[in-house]
Amino acid sequence: MIDRRLITNFDWTLLGIVLVVCAAGVVNIYSASASYAVAGTPFFVKQLYWIVAGLFLVVVVCSLDYHLLEDVSYWFYGLLCFLLLIVLVVGKTSMGATRWLHLGFFSIQPSEPMKIVTIMTLARFFSNYSTAGGVTLKDFAYPSFFLGIPALLIMKQPDLGTAILVILIACSMFAYVGVRLSALVTCLVSAVPAIYLAWHYYLRDYQKNRILNFLDPERDPLGSGYHLIQSKIAIGSGGVLGKGFMQGTQAQLRFLPEQHTDFAFSVFAEEWGFIGCLVLLLFYLFLVFWGLHIASRCNDRFGSLMAVGVTAMLFWHIVINIGMVIGIFPVVGVPLPLFSYGGTSMITSMVGVGILLNISMRRFMF
Amino acid sequence: MNGHRLIHESQGAKRHIAYLSIFAAALFFLLLTRLWYLQIVKSDELQSQSESNRLRLVPVAASRGTIFDRNGGVLVTNRPSFSVAVIPQEVKDRDALLDRLSKYLDIDRSELLDKWEKGKGRARYFPIVLASGITRDQLELLEENRLWLPGIEIEMKPVRQYESGTLAAHLLGYIGEVSEEELKKDTTSGYNSGDYIGKSGIERSWETLLHGRDGGRQIEVDARGRVLRTISETAPVGGSSLVLTIDTALQTAAEKGFGEQAGAAVAMDVNTGEILAFVSNPGFDPALFAGRMPPDKWKEYLEDKRHPLENKALKGQYPPGSTFKIITALAGLEEGVVDDHTSSVCRGAYVLGNNTFRCWEKRGHGTVNLKRALKESCDVYFYQLGEKLGIDRIAAYARKFALGAPLGIGLENEKAGLIPDSAWKEKRFGKKWFQGDTLPAAIGQGYVLMTPVQLAAMIGAVANDGTVYRPHLVKRIIDQEGRILQEFKPEVVTRTGISPRSIRLVKEGLLAVVNEGGGTGGQARLYDVRVAGKTGTSQVVKQRDKKGAIPYQYRDHALFVAFAPYDKPEIAVAVVVEHGEHGGSAAAPIAGNILRAYFEGKKAASKPVKAGKAPASEEGDGAEQAGEEQTSPPASKEE
Repeated sequence: MIDRRLITNFDWTLLGIVLVVCAAGVVNIYSASASYAVAGTPFFVKQLYWIVAGLFLVVVVCSLDYHLLEDVSYWFYGLLCFLLLIVLVVGKTSMGATRWLHLGFFSIQPSEPMKIVTIMTLARFFSNYSTAGGVTLKDFAYPSFFLGIPALLIMKQPDLGTAILVILIACSMFAYVGVRLSALVTCLVSAVPAIYLAWHYYLRDYQKNRILNFLDPERDPLGSGYHLIQSKIAIGSGGVLGKGFMQGTQAQLRFLPEQHTDFAFSVFAEEWGFIGCLVLLLFYLFLVFWGLHIASRCNDRFGSLMAVGVTAMLFWHIVINIGMVIGIFPVVGVPLPLFSYGGTSMITSMVGVGILLNISMRRFMF
Repeated sequence: MNGHRLIHESQGAKRHIAYLSIFAAALFFLLLTRLWYLQIVKSDELQSQSESNRLRLVPVAASRGTIFDRNGGVLVTNRPSFSVAVIPQEVKDRDALLDRLSKYLDIDRSELLDKWEKGKGRARYFPIVLASGITRDQLELLEENRLWLPGIEIEMKPVRQYESGTLAAHLLGYIGEVSEEELKKDTTSGYNSGDYIGKSGIERSWETLLHGRDGGRQIEVDARGRVLRTISETAPVGGSSLVLTIDTALQTAAEKGFGEQAGAAVAMDVNTGEILAFVSNPGFDPALFAGRMPPDKWKEYLEDKRHPLENKALKGQYPPGSTFKIITALAGLEEGVVDDHTSSVCRGAYVLGNNTFRCWEKRGHGTVNLKRALKESCDVYFYQLGEKLGIDRIAAYARKFALGAPLGIGLENEKAGLIPDSAWKEKRFGKKWFQGDTLPAAIGQGYVLMTPVQLAAMIGAVANDGTVYRPHLVKRIIDQEGRILQEFKPEVVTRTGISPRSIRLVKEGLLAVVNEGGGTGGQARLYDVRVAGKTGTSQVVKQRDKKGAIPYQYRDHALFVAFAPYDKPEIAVAVVVEHGEHGGSAAAPIAGNILRAYFEGKKAASKPVKAGKAPASEEGDGAEQAGEEQTSPPASKEE
């Protein structure tokens, strides 16, 4: 039986923001892929299909009480860690990375749901763990373990972008439950040798190159630094008001290879200018604030932690993607949520939105 | 729900949310600051960079594979062609530009405008091809006036050259600009509008292989369109080449044989299934399809009642007429309904129930045995045989020859023909099969349909004593360096399992058709090689005994199937002349032409051996087998 309050408490504000961003994304993909005389269904139409599929998932996710997630979170966690392991053994390698698992008629990329499952797992852990006065170094043992396994497995694929995201999402949740200053300092101090070791023994050459090129784009103007230079020219040449819809000469697909996916924002910035970017960023900021707002008015600890985790996931995707195309973060291949072309990203984001709506509409239950 | 811990147990929650919000806002502010720096502070600088370094992708078409005949002669190759493209972004005055182009190229302005409009919706710096296949003179004219043609680019790309003009047009097919519908298919991903794609024949069926993979160059140009540097380049991978099984000399002889007549001919190696000649007459000029087809030519093709654009060899389904008697005869022999001694009497017609079935020879053939019935194509004999066999047994034998289904020749839309039986009629018309339906079927009329390719495969299987080989057109695939990528081996479709004795008896009849007095196929006779064959005439309309001249489209089709040499068969031929009226007079000479060309070609190829010597020894081998035939001397008078 459906509680009527579930309907009256439905969070139309959140859904509204999401739909506006999705719509802007579709319009942008239309422009970005216009110079592709593609065979088959155009990208923007496929993106519409993904949005519809995503909204369907939102309904599914909303219809179940999120407290069920608390019960299954450890099971999901175990299953996905297992899948990540399987991927490393038998996954399909494409473009030098092994991310996909083929299950007969469809393929999955376990690192994507792992983001949400990590959030669930940490939320479950902290909801039952007293952290009065902040987390001490000792308290970090379990959650670090929960976080470490997927992060390492994903990094091994190698998918540096997703691994960093998982870590950043977890750090945001740590920040929310509170960390003692002593623990924080210890972590930061121990990070220095860890980074040193990672640089020399763990990162692959192309990953090091990306970081070096980010620090000095002129280092390789025709190679991996090329995208960044072109992206900056595209964004900058947009000026205050932009060149207008479909009028971007610099950022059209033919010279940025991931025009409609990771570099979708460059196209947008060139065509809609600073004003357009400002509006889009305000929508995103509002989305993040609203997510935190949902967390703060949720009365149970699990739900509140979940809301923070999901909001952090969306937030870090946005910041890293935009940061990388405007040249303040290294290029790590992270899509702009709800905006870039791509089914995987859309589905993950929509599941996240579904969880937020779920928590938001059940706030009266306590 | 008391089990859930409340968030307010940790007092800092609200405060932490506030910190997180501030942190998020700070990072967004950082992003905005950077955007402000790029889009406002550095805007002018970056804008001028964006204008001075414009990028352009120049597609580099892969050269299409060459098509050779079986002896290595070039059938289709490429030659360079120039096309004119426009980059809309660089055009300020479109009308003036189009006026000029229209004048220089002698193309209607509306046609140019049409192309331009079609190219809209893509990036404005992406070239739109306005005219292709321009002449050297036009090219020079454009180059001289380049200054007044801003935004125009001249591209060189290879185009198809058909070395022998219209020869084997239906087999080779043609290429044309990829259509909107084709672009929507997944199989044609990687094609852009304006690209060429195989539209029919070999060009279409082997498109992927012949096409290769296009490449592209990303170049940076300055404001005047001059190339500054190449940023990246993907080299095109040329298409593979095909060596066909076709023999140009044979193909030429076959096409010549038709003259103005419409029809189809297929010649096949009886021991491999390799197609040696593949004719659908009249043909067309494939080169016209790749360039600009003159409208009057197009109209001419469409209005020609001989249907030059239709591939009759592959898609023409004809009642096989008396050539089908081969199947009926084999069925009769195998089922023990007749043997070589059984005879019946033909009085010019056969009465079954209320219906009278006529023999083509109104006076009647008198007493005929199987051999004579085949030789003189006596209809009454086969009516009676058909009546005794029943349709289902006849159909079963036809299926042993793989009839009634496409043979898998390797071209698109191969037709299946039709072998009717009682179950088929029940399903198709919901009516029972009557004996009255069997009689026409026994002589290849009524519902029975076969394509010329099937006719050739059938007579080929008789010739080689019972194996149906898959007819095929491609001998091998070779890459650009001439290395063999794949070699096609003979493939058996089915073995008929018919006894050698039955086949021998039918073959004797077929030898008599061509070589004995009263045989209907005398016009296919050769001097030094023994040919065996069967004529056929298939009714186009039921009422054929009209007075006076019969209009073209109502005249009967003429058919002839043959193989040679009789004793050691190498080649099988099937000929259909649409509305040619009599198999013996219209189709047999064409088959004779093809066979003559084949054996002359062989003789020429084996020059060191004395001419005439080789065939003589071959004839010697089979002399004792065929001794019987030698007793009756060839008559001078022919039907």
